[in-house]
Amino acid sequence: MSAARATVAVVRSERAPLVDTLHEWVTTVDHKRLGILYIIYALLFLAFGGIEAIIIRIQLIRPHNTFVSPQVFNRMFTMHGTTMIFFAAMPLVFGFANYLVPLMIGARDTAFPRLNAFSFWLTAFGGLLLYFSFLGGNGLYGAGNAPDVGWFAYAPLTSRTFSPGHSTDFWILALLLSGIGSMGTAINIAATVLCMRCPGMTLGKMPLLAWLNFTMAGLVILSMSPLTAAQLMLLVDRYLGGHFFDVQAGGSAVLWMHFFWIFGHPEVYVLAIPAFAFASEIIPVFSRKPIFGYPVMVAATLAIGFISMSVWAHHMFTVGMTSAGNTFFVLSTMAIAVPTGIKIFNWLATIWGGKVQYRTPMLFCVAFLFQFLIAGLTGIMLAAAPFDWQLSGSYFVVAHFHYVIVGGILFTIFGAFYYWFPKMSGRMYNEALGKVHFWLFTAGFHLTFDFMHVPGVLGMPRRIYTYEPGRGWDIWNLVITIGVLFQAVATLVFLGNLLWSKLWGKVAGSDPWDGWTLEWSTASPPPAYNFPSLPEVRSRRPLWDLKHPEDPDWHYE
Amino acid sequence: MSSQANAAVTSLWEGGRSPYAVNSKKFGMWLFVVSDALTFSALLMAYTYLRVSTPNWPTPFHFSPSIVFSSIMTFVLLSSSLTMVMGVHTMNHGNRKATVGWILATMAGGLAFVVLHLREWLNLINNEHITIFGNPMDVPLFGGTFFTLTGLHMTHVICGVIYLGIIAAGVGRGKFKAEDVEVSGLYWHFVDLVWMFIFPLVYLMSARI
Amino acid sequence: MRILKSAVPIFCTAAAARANSAGEPLSPTNIFAPASTPADTISGLSLLVLTITGAMFVIVLCLLLWAVVKFREKAGAGPGEPAQVYGSTQVELAWTVIPVLIVTILLLATARAIASIQNAIPPPGAVEVSVIGHQYWWEYHYKKSNVVTANELHVPVSSPVHPTPTFLSLFSADTDHSFWVPRLAGKTDLIPNHPNSMWIDPRETGVYLGQCSQYCGVQHAKMLLRVYVQTRDEFDRWLEQQSGPAAASDSTIEGRRTFESTACVNCHTIRGSTATGTFGPDLTHLMSRETIGAGAALNTPANLRRWIQDPSAFKPGCLMPAMGLSDSQLDAITAYMETLR
Repeated sequence: MSAARATVAVVRSERAPLVDTLHEWVTTVDHKRLGILYIIYALLFLAFGGIEAIIIRIQLIRPHNTFVSPQVFNRMFTMHGTTMIFFAAMPLVFGFANYLVPLMIGARDTAFPRLNAFSFWLTAFGGLLLYFSFLGGNGLYGAGNAPDVGWFAYAPLTSRTFSPGHSTDFWILALLLSGIGSMGTAINIAATVLCMRCPGMTLGKMPLLAWLNFTMAGLVILSMSPLTAAQLMLLVDRYLGGHFFDVQAGGSAVLWMHFFWIFGHPEVYVLAIPAFAFASEIIPVFSRKPIFGYPVMVAATLAIGFISMSVWAHHMFTVGMTSAGNTFFVLSTMAIAVPTGIKIFNWLATIWGGKVQYRTPMLFCVAFLFQFLIAGLTGIMLAAAPFDWQLSGSYFVVAHFHYVIVGGILFTIFGAFYYWFPKMSGRMYNEALGKVHFWLFTAGFHLTFDFMHVPGVLGMPRRIYTYEPGRGWDIWNLVITIGVLFQAVATLVFLGNLLWSKLWGKVAGSDPWDGWTLEWSTASPPPAYNFPSLPEVRSRRPLWDLKHPEDPDWHYE
Repeated sequence: MSSQANAAVTSLWEGGRSPYAVNSKKFGMWLFVVSDALTFSALLMAYTYLRVSTPNWPTPFHFSPSIVFSSIMTFVLLSSSLTMVMGVHTMNHGNRKATVGWILATMAGGLAFVVLHLREWLNLINNEHITIFGNPMDVPLFGGTFFTLTGLHMTHVICGVIYLGIIAAGVGRGKFKAEDVEVSGLYWHFVDLVWMFIFPLVYLMSARI
Repeated sequence: MRILKSAVPIFCTAAAARANSAGEPLSPTNIFAPASTPADTISGLSLLVLTITGAMFVIVLCLLLWAVVKFREKAGAGPGEPAQVYGSTQVELAWTVIPVLIVTILLLATARAIASIQNAIPPPGAVEVSVIGHQYWWEYHYKKSNVVTANELHVPVSSPVHPTPTFLSLFSADTDHSFWVPRLAGKTDLIPNHPNSMWIDPRETGVYLGQCSQYCGVQHAKMLLRVYVQTRDEFDRWLEQQSGPAAASDSTIEGRRTFESTACVNCHTIRGSTATGTFGPDLTHLMSRETIGAGAALNTPANLRRWIQDPSAFKPGCLMPAMGLSDSQLDAITAYMETLR
């Protein structure tokens, strides 16, 4: 249904009857249309997740507030987390990867177009299943409800004893379905990058976006499986009477934690690496310089990918591991800061000496650099296990990962929206509205998430529906909630800008940014076959070579 | 699509030949196998962890019928891998008829495996009273791990039989290429390989001698 | 403006760090106002980490600001692209090696702190308490005495000369919980089938606040913790008093009968009566506690009566049901409870 609604918004200019258009979009296997479907689907769920966040924040605006009941509050934070990770952030990332990877490597489509469509619809129905729990969650037990076990659903809270009804089953099935969908998309992206590149595009000449999405796909393939296995076991526990996580019968609660975080930590990088990819494309173009240290960027990405598979238990410092175990995970977690730092320095060096044009996409990427710096540094604080014994499970952690996911990932995704909107729609967005969106959202973001670190340091745990006065938390919570309103308004401006520009924006032309990668060489929006004839490339910036035949890149690479 | 492309003006780049001739289907199947192998290893790891942390893990498999049955199942599944190899081989030589025969033989092996396995399950459930939620040995975890592991594997075998059926039908009607048969063979060998882990870890290690 | 705000978390954390020395406390649960060795160690390590990350923040921030302002496109600069620079091995090496060194320093400091907290051995005079997490309250068993109490933990003050630390063994009766009193120590989870332990040695008397910090169900928010640190004499007196049976008084025999004849006894224990339930908190010395419902309300007669009438008025979703007692039964039971000193 989301797709149906989406279609109306996107395809207006075509004259075909609505039913035909709908049919075309529902049955499409074109990577560009699937990409757009992913993105619109994700925006819908971003709105749902946003509404849930607003409800959470209104409840916490002052101590002993009674805006919602504890039960509703717990459902809201569970649904907010699950929605934002699995049904907003991942589809956004997949949508852009789907749309951009074939265009940037000079391919006509992905390696498996039908698998692509299949994966999208699996993910889409996964999201619908999750939200159907609002109606069907409680089954025969009474009125409907949604899952309330938290997004990492620690055992044994998910057992039948503590979670009767069907809400947790909806959560399991939704994640299983969308997980299989993600796997399909990841296989598709990886195969596309390796097998579908245009002539001349060796691995070392791929745009960074392709490299980074390839790494992301690899991470999905490796990290989704433990989650799938864990969900299967949980399903067996809940439906067939198995005892994997049933502590009364010898099962283990810690087993779930390990499985979840073996998935959960690489998942952060599944979202962050594509965000790095956007920054790595946008920053060079608006600085008018090539990316600084391309081979190092690739190496750092692969290093992050590998190390991220070995850091999961830093989510479990308070679980009671041995001191040796804790020290190992301190080591691996701190090690990941090195390649991440290298990336920040390389982006900085890309800006250095350039002629930086502050259009909206670049603004978002510059803000990303500042914010990701802070997110990385608070990450180092949390990696120091004893510090984490204080901060884990507190609002400091909530602030930290929102700094990563909103300040880092969502900011570059907004940048990517503005940067590739002309390519996808054929029209320019409204620059003034774009800047309004940027400043409002940045102000709101900092009001909310800067100040959210403080109650964490002052001992406020996460996931509490209310708190006592006199703990020094009141004023901070008030400020945090005010910031959320800024973000909500900014997001409305953003959505309005997209709609308005799609309908009435200036025609963009094929290359509005004077870009360097292959997607700017074809029409906007690109034809179904992407390129009239397959390009052949000789460097990482084929369009630079074309525009500067006197000084092409391949002389230097 | 490509016909439209050919009609368009030649670009400044001119087309060339791709230096990378990796078969994307085969690569995709390999990626799937990697990811599925990790799902199984996660389950096997859970099984190992729970088994090690349970002091009185039961060993309920009598030599007859359980071990005998599972050995025959292993033999049948291994043989079906051999027939699959023959199928891929004949397809590479363009002999479609023989290929269909070999694939059907592989499917028969798979089906025999499933039937024997179900027979073995029923034996455990009816005669040994081992179910997923409990058993007379009072280690409720045993049934959960056993039936989840073997059940997921059996699901893979059933999916494989259906997959091979589609391939066989296509090959018979002259539809698929040699590489499609090879890719399906890849999946089948993987399913076989998974059993080579489950058989010793689940069956032989729990045999009552 | 934006940039100023980016710096805010660092400043705020630093401000919080200073607040404990500046008279009025910022918060009774400030992690930078430690009053016990584990919390001290953590606070010390945290300040080191904050200093190093703060310095890194300032350096990179300045570089970024400089680049962002200096290299913006100027109005009259003319067309033409800037010099195309592709990379530099020396520079890359520099910003790889320096972070590696910094991380090594942090790792060593962290490893030392981990070992000093986790590998501590209880001295002979240590008090040992088992903490059992329940949905949504805490149960304490004092080893070497038969004292069982709930929610409000009493421990003796410890001094370097006569260390009397308290070692807590952590268990859970149902879901995961986490024991967190920020001024005394970092948190440790209570996980069913997975015993954990932690220790505290508070050096000043007083009440230390905290709460459950691992999501455990509907009323996770009202699973509060109070730790009463007493002088050794006070603590011994308290232990002595708690180990006795419940006070018996003829004037409240009516309430006691009502209590023993309703479902209360299924979940609660009152030593010296027929009530031996273990699902809910031990009520033997209920009136020695300052709060009820794991800190959900002050332990006043009015609150107590209200709680017995309908616990969900304070704690919606808590596991104690409203018993549907008549007014006279309520009065009688409340009067009986008030004698349980």
